[in-house]
Amino acid sequence: MGIERHLNDTVHVTNLEWFVNWARKSSMWPLGFGLACCALEMIATFVSRYDLSRFGMEVARPSPRHADLMIVSGTASKKMIPAVRRIYEQMAEPRWVVAMGACACTGGIYRNYAVVQGIDRHLPVDVYIPGCPPRPEALLDGILQLHAKVLREQSLKNPRITQVKVAGT
Amino acid sequence: MNQEAIRDKLASRFGEDVIQAAKEFRAQFSVTVRPAGILNVSHFLKDDPELAFDFLSFVCAVDWYPNTPRFEVVYQLYSTRHNHRFRIRTILEDSASGPAAVDSVTPVWPTADWHERETAEMFGIKFRNHPDPRKLLLPDNWTVHPLRKDFPLEGTEEHTPDLPR
Repeated sequence: MGIERHLNDTVHVTNLEWFVNWARKSSMWPLGFGLACCALEMIATFVSRYDLSRFGMEVARPSPRHADLMIVSGTASKKMIPAVRRIYEQMAEPRWVVAMGACACTGGIYRNYAVVQGIDRHLPVDVYIPGCPPRPEALLDGILQLHAKVLREQSLKNPRITQVKVAGT
Repeated sequence: MNQEAIRDKLASRFGEDVIQAAKEFRAQFSVTVRPAGILNVSHFLKDDPELAFDFLSFVCAVDWYPNTPRFEVVYQLYSTRHNHRFRIRTILEDSASGPAAVDSVTPVWPTADWHERETAEMFGIKFRNHPDPRKLLLPDNWTVHPLRKDFPLEGTEEHTPDLPR
């Protein structure tokens, strides 16, 4: 098509925004941290059987400064929240958050004084994955949904909102 | 020693001013000790060669709200030498001068340290002469005691906020 044909398909023409989004979604760097039992399913997703590396993101970084995807895997207790917020603030921008499992989405079965009723009270969540815990297939699907979302972002015009929230708003 | 023998030994060693009652439930005996006597009884249970309760399995509390007296602190004991178990309890009540209080048994069983810290924060029971009376599990800024029966399960924004204020 067009100029590409004249150059024997050795170049591709696209727009800058799509290219930036494609680069971002093709190499996300998940943060290696887990809060509760969902973390075990997350680990299963990372290793060879489900093999997250097929999507260019097998390296879980122990340091938040090297990561741009936070998978909140499990129950967030109120005592843990200051640490979770701080880790999120240390992550490199642009950064994304996946709420994995019923507890991270809403507090789950723990409707009590000690558990945060949904991590979206504190962090801007991009994808919610229900399940208790979600199977690795569900996490993979959630990550693919996130990839699709990143591809649609207007990354050059509108900077992402990536600030922690004031509790409860 | 079997459970009756332990109970009888305790009853013969300590008078009624220390031993309040003895209960049987499904062939398990437990002895209720007056709060003032808890340290003496503990020392005896550990040091007597026939009893030798050298292992404190657990310390916890029961809230009998709205009954009075309200609290019961329960000590589960085990002897690794004789392979027998026993349970003692003590009954407490909040008073005008402060929260329910009992002597810490950490001088007898050091492992009581963390058990008593958890019981203290969850029920608001004070353990006198505790070597390290900080909270164990709850955030430091909380002032409520969630395992009390009159505590609302879901907490409140005021008393159990997500973040420290």
